[in-house]
Amino acid sequence: MVTNATSLSRSGLSDWLIQRASAIVLAAYTLFLLGAFIVHPEMDYDQWQGLFSSTPMRLFSLLALLALCGHAWVGMWTVGTDYLTDRHLGSSGTALRLAYQAICVLFIMVYLFWGIRIFWGV
Amino acid sequence: MKDSRPVNLDLTKFKFPLPAITSILHRISGVLIFFGIAILLYLLDLSLRSPEGFSRASDWLVSPLVKFVVWVILSGLFYHLIAGIKHLTLDLGLGETTGGARASAMGTLVLAGIAAVIAGVWLW
Repeated sequence: MVTNATSLSRSGLSDWLIQRASAIVLAAYTLFLLGAFIVHPEMDYDQWQGLFSSTPMRLFSLLALLALCGHAWVGMWTVGTDYLTDRHLGSSGTALRLAYQAICVLFIMVYLFWGIRIFWGV
Repeated sequence: MKDSRPVNLDLTKFKFPLPAITSILHRISGVLIFFGIAILLYLLDLSLRSPEGFSRASDWLVSPLVKFVVWVILSGLFYHLIAGIKHLTLDLGLGETTGGARASAMGTLVLAGIAAVIAGVWLW
């Protein structure tokens, strides 16, 4: 068995499940927002702010944000560990992959705290 | 795994079947929206801050360059969503035949193309 220190849950099956569960949340959130744009094509500020400031929507947004963070890590990890390897890039592969993963973590952290501030500040 | 095993990954010599193309596009669109989320979050943050921020975000979306960037992100998002739904149906065991895989890959491309056109019309 291959153990990988950088996978989200240290288990391929568990990562697989996290990716799918988060995908369903993100699909629901995207389709909900799309529906809101279709029903109210010309929203003004009050409608827009009212949509995001209700408690159910705040919780939905927070859930989607957490799903985004998990989904993004599993996906970016999968892509990185497939292509940024010693076999593809020579001996610097591992260093490049770790640098790439550090950038991914940085982006995900920024998205998480920024998102919480947006959804809780509105 | 031994490193001395022969590998032939000269991608220019492969002829990719349609499901392989939709699969690599799923990955490319995922990486694209991972970074694109920064722009969407910026616009969301600005638009929710105040009425002035809302009109500033609306003004941003008047610029053709911003429209184009947002269109690329939305098209990537819709592609990723549609290909993801297809992937979940594959997980359920649907369309696992060669013909089924080709048909669902074609369906993904067609639906994503339509979604990209609608996103473009909506933005412009």
